[in-house]
Amino acid sequence: MILIVAEHSNGKLSKSTYEMTQAARDLGRDGQVTLLVLGSGVATVATQAALLADQVLVADLPVLGSYDPEVWAQAVAQIAREGEAHTVLIGGSRSGREYSPRVAVKLDAPLIEAAISLKFSDGTTVAEHYTLLARVVERVEAQAPTVVVSIHPGAFPPAPARPEAAEQYDVDLELPAPRVVVTQRNTIKSKRVALQDADVVVAGGRGLGSAEAYAQLVEGLADQLGAAIGATRAVVDAGWRPYSEQVGQTGKTVQPKLYLALGISGAVQHLSGMNKSKLVVAINRDREAPIFKIADYGIVGDVKEIVPAVIEKLK
Amino acid sequence: MGLRILSVIRQVLDAEESVKIKDGMVDLSSSKLVLDTMDEYGLEEALRMRDVLPETEVVALAVGPARCEEALRTALAIGADRAVLVETAEALDVITVGNVVAQVARTEQSDLIFCGGQEADWDSQALGAAIAEYLNWPQLTWTTALNLEGRTLTGTHDVEEGTESFSVELPAIVTTQQGLCEPRYPTLPNIMKAKKKELRRDSFESFGVRSKLKFIRSEIQVKERMRRILDGKDGSAAAQQLVEFLRNETRVIG
Repeated sequence: MILIVAEHSNGKLSKSTYEMTQAARDLGRDGQVTLLVLGSGVATVATQAALLADQVLVADLPVLGSYDPEVWAQAVAQIAREGEAHTVLIGGSRSGREYSPRVAVKLDAPLIEAAISLKFSDGTTVAEHYTLLARVVERVEAQAPTVVVSIHPGAFPPAPARPEAAEQYDVDLELPAPRVVVTQRNTIKSKRVALQDADVVVAGGRGLGSAEAYAQLVEGLADQLGAAIGATRAVVDAGWRPYSEQVGQTGKTVQPKLYLALGISGAVQHLSGMNKSKLVVAINRDREAPIFKIADYGIVGDVKEIVPAVIEKLK
Repeated sequence: MGLRILSVIRQVLDAEESVKIKDGMVDLSSSKLVLDTMDEYGLEEALRMRDVLPETEVVALAVGPARCEEALRTALAIGADRAVLVETAEALDVITVGNVVAQVARTEQSDLIFCGGQEADWDSQALGAAIAEYLNWPQLTWTTALNLEGRTLTGTHDVEEGTESFSVELPAIVTTQQGLCEPRYPTLPNIMKAKKKELRRDSFESFGVRSKLKFIRSEIQVKERMRRILDGKDGSAAAQQLVEFLRNETRVIG
């Protein structure tokens, strides 16, 4: 079987789960497409999953109420073994990238990280992924029949739901006790669409000058467009924005339909997190800024003058 | 009592350098290569722990081609006590490298391992977790602050939608990220001393592993961009043109 670990939050399947399902449907290898739902109070998630998969496995347990890499890896590896999964698909989110290597080691399987293409042909799994700060596409071939793959966000189209719901099965798990004690959680809850799920991302850099200007211009424009907000490392380091909004090598990777870069010069580390966006628009004072080299549309000018005018015209 | 710390390093292309491809593979032979910045943070944290507990030993480890010796020499010049190079010209996947590092850690009886959160060569975030699983140790990824008291490591790290404070008993694996600390520079006396420090070569064959992935080809894919850059001296006119472009020309917004 093809085992997909469903990603979900607030009772809804994430976009990444639909994308992984499409990757599974297109894989070209026999086996039931199986969605595994891990969590606590996830009945509604399982119902949504049933419209995507051939079968749904549900582990609805209090201990799965909060994520721990060792617990998740154990759960996924156990189900993969019992179900004799030949392909395990995991989201390319931060947590997915974090526990998927443990699953691969447990299954003695190759790991393909953040795949942007995935095919089974001539008896082997072949995939592509980015290297060298997302500047190079590398093609790799798994040297074993069972593979663990994390899927790059935005690389596959979301799979359409089916009219008929698949069967759901509850599963038993033997889980380890978490060894890392979380003493405090600072979760940033945002009313906005999740950064990696957004069709439009409005992102700002140091060129905005201050946290206040950031709030006014980036949030103002994002409000008009129903967009998610992104930030550069420098902005996060300056404390203007939370880490969860950071786009780039050490932050999130996004691939929206439209990426608006306001006052962002375009360091290679930032570009690696957004240079696959379908349309890039940049507004920056410096004509020589590297961001213009990857922009479809650029305005050389003052963000403080141009952005309020854009917001006004969108109203 | 001191600790035995392993600092895993990688030698990567300098971020300012452009990527060259030759015969379908990345060609680094004429490019400037550096110790990955991500690894410098881990090394710095290790050295700070040694500053507090002087009996601590910090070992820098690289798994890769012979040229990695330069990066290990840099690590020794920054302050590592000795270095280990597992030399292989073979391209290895991250799980296999994790296996090798875990075996070295067992031999070295390490208590704590640092490695980069995402190295700039293979864009992998998996090394720390792979090592941790082979050793059956807990892992802390993307750390932003660390504090060691006895064998209890506390700190903060970034998670999907926010931050967490944590506490864990050693042994453990820690992966770093930009901003964890301000790495020190090699001083001239330390550079001189580094030349005399031990750099051990372990035979790759002795680890009994082979790559789980075959690397078929690499290519630079540049997305074609329209690159329509206009002057925005008249802010209102530029805004109007942009809205026109988004709404009517590309129809990316409603």
